[in-house]
Amino acid sequence: MCTWIVERTPVSGSGKGPNGWFKVSQANVYYDHPYHAPLDHALIIDFVETPDEVGNRVAVELSEESARRLVTSILAALESGVDGHAVHVEAAAG
Amino acid sequence: MLAEEVYYRGHEGEAIQAYLARPLGEGPFGTVIVIHHMPGWDAGIMEITRKIAHHGYIAISPNLYTRYGTGDPDEVAAVARAGGGTPDATFVGDMAGAAEHLRLLPTCNGKVGIIGFCSGGRHAVLAASRLNDLDAAVDCWGGRVIAAPEQLDESHPVAPIDLTPQLAVPLLGIFGNDDRSPTPEQVDQHEAELKQHGKTYEFHRYDGAGHGFFSVNRPAYRPEQATAAWGEIFKWFERYLSA
Repeated sequence: MCTWIVERTPVSGSGKGPNGWFKVSQANVYYDHPYHAPLDHALIIDFVETPDEVGNRVAVELSEESARRLVTSILAALESGVDGHAVHVEAAAG
Repeated sequence: MLAEEVYYRGHEGEAIQAYLARPLGEGPFGTVIVIHHMPGWDAGIMEITRKIAHHGYIAISPNLYTRYGTGDPDEVAAVARAGGGTPDATFVGDMAGAAEHLRLLPTCNGKVGIIGFCSGGRHAVLAASRLNDLDAAVDCWGGRVIAAPEQLDESHPVAPIDLTPQLAVPLLGIFGNDDRSPTPEQVDQHEAELKQHGKTYEFHRYDGAGHGFFSVNRPAYRPEQATAAWGEIFKWFERYLSA
């Protein structure tokens, strides 16, 4: 494939890279040839703080199938977690 | 063979990191510029550079992302990709510098070819169209040689197929018939353009192979087709880069 198509998404939180924890401010997401995974194409995510800083990122290269499963898992975890914590907050408030 | 990291002067005199592999002995040897794919200056491109040197050519693989950094190539590639990559004009300047560097080597026979893979295949066609002092070019499944208007931007303003009238170099094309970038129809279109302008070229297309079928570490690898295609590449180099 080899294109310059990159989805850039602002994110807020922390990631743990080779030098420890750091703030993450952007996720670069693309589907192309991976660097390391033995796949023809992969869904690649780089979590970064500063887009032009070399070496400080959390990177994953996932097969298409596992990336789709991850999307489902993230949404499921958010749904159940947010619901659970909302109940907890309400109970605490009551 | 000797393989090492070197630097040469590229576009606007900037120092460009490169991997140089060369046969030992007096030569003289033909030379080849080896262009990496989008994921960067990786172990695969260095293996290919050494393979070409093993066959008797001085081979140099420039790190197209040098301006983004010279650390771990995968880290540099991640930043380069997020930053939009190397503009075409900068790339062409870097290739002119690489050719000049090779011709100044004492064991060079004066001939310089270029080969690229995937996005590097497009790059090879681009360099062969923009520079008039190369001697041979090989495009291995270069995507976006043909580009829709929305695929062009300030850094990549022209589709290489539109530069065909200026192509001044014999062009070898290697393609898998199961590829989707370029599709067989796009390869047909490129071939028709080359024919129309009377260019020297050969296209070899392989059934049962898709994109990137030389990659020994990926499912796309097709040993029979890859072996046959490498044979065509070395015949091309022999024809146009020998002393």
